[in-house]
Amino acid sequence: MTDATDTTTPTVSYRALRNHILWLLIPPTTWAIHFLASYLTIAIVCAKSETGDAMPIRIAIAVYTLVALGVIALVGWHSHRQHRHGDASPPHDGNTSDDQLRFIGYATLLLAALSSVATLFTALVVLFIGSCD
Amino acid sequence: MPQSTLQPAGQAAEAIALLFYWMSAGAVLIWIIVVGLAVYAIYQPGQHNPQTIKRWVIGGGAVFPTIVLTGLLCASLPMMPELQRPAPEGSLEVHVSGVRWWWRITYRVGDEHLVETANEIRLPVGRPVEFKLDSEDVIHSFWIPALGGKVDMMPGRQTRLKLHPTRVGTFRGVCAEFCGAAHAQMNFDVVVMPADEFDAWLKQLTRPTASSQEPDAVAGENHFFAVGCHACHAIRGTQASGSMGPDLTHFGSRPSIAAGLLPNNRDNLVRWITETDLVKPGVDMPAFHAMDRQQAAEIATFLEGLK
Repeated sequence: MTDATDTTTPTVSYRALRNHILWLLIPPTTWAIHFLASYLTIAIVCAKSETGDAMPIRIAIAVYTLVALGVIALVGWHSHRQHRHGDASPPHDGNTSDDQLRFIGYATLLLAALSSVATLFTALVVLFIGSCD
Repeated sequence: MPQSTLQPAGQAAEAIALLFYWMSAGAVLIWIIVVGLAVYAIYQPGQHNPQTIKRWVIGGGAVFPTIVLTGLLCASLPMMPELQRPAPEGSLEVHVSGVRWWWRITYRVGDEHLVETANEIRLPVGRPVEFKLDSEDVIHSFWIPALGGKVDMMPGRQTRLKLHPTRVGTFRGVCAEFCGAAHAQMNFDVVVMPADEFDAWLKQLTRPTASSQEPDAVAGENHFFAVGCHACHAIRGTQASGSMGPDLTHFGSRPSIAAGLLPNNRDNLVRWITETDLVKPGVDMPAFHAMDRQQAAEIATFLEGLK
């Protein structure tokens, strides 16, 4: 299905556009899962640990952070390409599926930037606080 | 009595005050830049360059705040481990229970010996102290602003706080979590003393009180038992061993009465005994409105003599 008012030939179907909207949710969801996983790891390890040693927590959260940042970077890179696709110049505010795709790409890119900062802030806490006290 | 985080008398409070000054300076700087730009944007004649606008909006609206917040986070997080760390093994340990609306204070002396007092905490200067905190009813929060941060006191759960006083003086502690009608009247006195004076005071605290033998004080003691005060209050060294209300052993040496509410003197004590509910609405202690003033004054004399 194509947009009836579009004068140029659209290169993106609405089905594809709908899938791209779902991409928008991946960076904040990744941050949320990273946050929850970090929180649960700290709560469980500290409750069970007798020495209060936080090294296992730091290693686990370093791994979570690398995975989360990898996912967010991947989505960010993909959305950047989406934003830049074709040769149209900004602002991408036309009522065409191409422009909508570029807009969603930009929004996803910004969300990816915000999510990566939020994920790093979560990880900073365990970088500085090295015990269960 | 100072109750200010900006007049620190403890290590934790000093760190918190320093952070506050840095944050205030940063906030003032950012305010000046933002207002300066707003004034510039309004008064600069002609069209603004779109490229410059974009740079300021993204740079000033997203990049700069992120850098500032990261800086603040990196400056404040390293303070946390020291604030959260327990006091070294063998440090003085003080248990504090929040009760509506007063504080049950218990000092650990030696390995097992616990000695109870109320609404008054004395601490040695220059030594770390470990507080074990809990509550007997609702959630309270233990805060001595001049010495450090606040920690919640929860029923059924023990929290802890380490404080390290650095300056001799008398300070005020408060309940920092709304806990009912007389929440604002739930305070306590904190006296930081030279270490040797503190040791002598603690030794004195463990001793039973010696009540005065003046006729008025003896009459007051008789009224105290006749009226039934001992059902709720304990005075070590006498028959009084109630635990519902504050322990009154050495009551005469406390700076204030009714949980930091009134200075400890005869008039206030008589008023407290006869008009308890008017002084502190909602309090559990019954008011003895019908008590003869002479009788109340004698009880006050007896209590004042408990040093």
